[in-house]
Amino acid sequence: MPVASREFVLHDSAGTGPDLLRAVAGAASDSIAWANGGPVSTYRRTWLDTFDWRLYRAGLTLEQVTASAGAILTLTGRDGEVLASERLQRGAATWPSLLTALPDGPLRELLEPVAGVRALSPVAKAASSVAELRALNADAKTIARLAVDRMSVTFPAHAIAPARLSLSPVRGYVGQTEKAARALAALPGVGRGRGSALETALAAAGRRPGELPGKAAAIALTPAMPARAAMAAILAELLGSLEANVPGTVKDVDTEFLHDLRIAVRRTRSALKLCCNALPDGLAARFAPEFRWLGELTTPTRDLDVYLLGFDSMAAGLVSATEIELAPFRDYLLKSRAVAHRHLVRGLRSARFRRLTADWRAALEGVGAPSKRTTVAQLADTKIGIAHRRALRAGQNLTASSPSESLHDLRKRCKELRYVVEMFGSLHDPAQRWQAVRELKALQDCLGEFQDAEVQRDEIRAFAAQMLADRTAPAETLLAMGEIAAGLALRQRAARARFDHAFANFASPPSKARLAALARMSAA
Amino acid sequence: MKIFATYNIKGGVGKTATAVNLSYLAAMEGYRVLLWDLDPQAAASYLFRIKPRVKGGGKALIQGRRPVDDAIKGTDFDGLDLLPADFTYRNLDLMLDSAKQPARRLAGLLAPLKKEYDLVVLDCPPSISLLSESVLHAADLLLVPLIPTTLSVRTLDQLTDFVSGFNGHKPAVLAFFSMIDRRKRLHIQIAADLPAERSDFATAVIPAVSVIEQMSVHRAPVTAFAPRTMAARQYRELWHEARDRAGLTTG
Repeated sequence: MPVASREFVLHDSAGTGPDLLRAVAGAASDSIAWANGGPVSTYRRTWLDTFDWRLYRAGLTLEQVTASAGAILTLTGRDGEVLASERLQRGAATWPSLLTALPDGPLRELLEPVAGVRALSPVAKAASSVAELRALNADAKTIARLAVDRMSVTFPAHAIAPARLSLSPVRGYVGQTEKAARALAALPGVGRGRGSALETALAAAGRRPGELPGKAAAIALTPAMPARAAMAAILAELLGSLEANVPGTVKDVDTEFLHDLRIAVRRTRSALKLCCNALPDGLAARFAPEFRWLGELTTPTRDLDVYLLGFDSMAAGLVSATEIELAPFRDYLLKSRAVAHRHLVRGLRSARFRRLTADWRAALEGVGAPSKRTTVAQLADTKIGIAHRRALRAGQNLTASSPSESLHDLRKRCKELRYVVEMFGSLHDPAQRWQAVRELKALQDCLGEFQDAEVQRDEIRAFAAQMLADRTAPAETLLAMGEIAAGLALRQRAARARFDHAFANFASPPSKARLAALARMSAA
Repeated sequence: MKIFATYNIKGGVGKTATAVNLSYLAAMEGYRVLLWDLDPQAAASYLFRIKPRVKGGGKALIQGRRPVDDAIKGTDFDGLDLLPADFTYRNLDLMLDSAKQPARRLAGLLAPLKKEYDLVVLDCPPSISLLSESVLHAADLLLVPLIPTTLSVRTLDQLTDFVSGFNGHKPAVLAFFSMIDRRKRLHIQIAADLPAERSDFATAVIPAVSVIEQMSVHRAPVTAFAPRTMAARQYRELWHEARDRAGLTTG
């Protein structure tokens, strides 16, 4: 049974230089001596995670170690236990890459539910030079091995990390190893090691794992904060999130970059619309059209992403047609997506986009104190209340014969309510917020299903017409697409059937009371 | 998991040297190896600098009061662990005698280790006893070192006859000449003729050389401290023959 190793750090202040044996010789005693354990080994290390640190947040660490013998990817858990590893063929994976670039096997199976559609990218890189010392007992028997890892960090910044000492007992010698560990810990310059190698590498580079370009909810608002200053902070944070997702969107690393970019844009637009009176006069009116342009710029690519991400499950649901018959449709989607993405990239590299972000940042930085002093708590109270009433109003007169547009309009109101609740999230107790938006989420899911099915059905007709005009679709492909359109119509009908119940729950007195209490809590 | 046993009724024929060197060579090839020093003289334990002591003695192991797993010690070599000898092993026969199905007891004790090790090597004391019988029943391959004399070959035949009478699992037998003295014509002649005539003989021949004796000075396998010597080469050849004969695979 493997026994956990004891970790230490050797600070440069120990003044031992490269002579590790001399460094630890002071930890010798009558019963413990130290000896060199063999030649120093060197290798390159790359830690991988998704842009939003999904692996780290799930307690996982994925490390690629590259030495002269080749590269190995190893996934470890919270306690450093190895969960899976995979030897990589030379040039098999270049980062960033989607999980589909990894060979089938246990490693990929463990990563898929965590990383999902996100690509793996390097979050830190280092070169390690590892020397080994052996702790010997009175019989000159090795009772523990001490690995001394000197890491030179090369990414995200160049830095030298303090040497990490890892003392691993040889099986059956835990007691004697404890003695060696105590002697080692007593040496000057040796401290208790905390954190993983990844955390050490990032700390040396002045970073921390899990650092994300902020979400609006991550801002810590205080109820007494002036509303205008709070809005400026929230919008600046959203701008940070938007900009952080631009490189990944342009390089097309994975589809979530664009998705998150669009969320930042939509939240900004909602904030401008709902809270314009908390901002300096004319600011919202000046920027709203530009953010609308940005939103519209991103829509075609995202719509096609949604299609392609759901393609396999759509194809799997075919009853009459076969998946092979759909292949020309997938090709068509991929080509259309490539065209849409090129257009998107041109937009994100345009002077108009650069001007928008620069002017927006300057405007937010220039936001001064208002003459009328409203606190963010009062603002949240008012705005959550308004958005809530609007959503209730938009839904209360809907009947079975109401046009789809009315449901789409309700969906927009619900999104606004959700955004405004999340925007002021740090004023609320998280558990109470979750309770308050439970019915809202369920209603949003139902409306989302309804609208997505309709949009996709309309689009598939347009695609079919275009493919027919381009002569790129054989008859069996068009028939298969027709079957998908029929499936979408069924999905939309099912969502419509669920709507009344979902809205009734949202509009029920307990649900209304919970949201009203949340609004009041902001001001409490 | 495969089980090898170095066995001979006679002492001083190179059983321990073979067990130690083959275990080391297997570990160097990446196999996960456990060497069980069953000899109360504890030579294998000594060679790996491990104290010949098992808490509760052999009785606790045989009776299952102490899991075998608990008594295992790591050697100085990656992938090679040792279950040390204990002076109480001199009474293993008596202990086995009072256990249920004594001839199968050793195999039962080793069964829980099959996920942890690819190879277990049993270094047996020189005897013919209940312990030997239990070893013969547990082993997949018997490595039998022989000094090249006519009497040794006769003993091998007796052993082969004995194991061929087993019901069910029967170990393969791989004999080899050990402690060959190149100055003795009889040694040279027997060592040259028999392996060519018999399929249960390895072609590797372990010479009687001082470097093997020096293992007790270095306290390490000769294949580790003098890997380029003739003795180390012959142990490597023997290992390859044993590995292939047993069809050893990892995992």
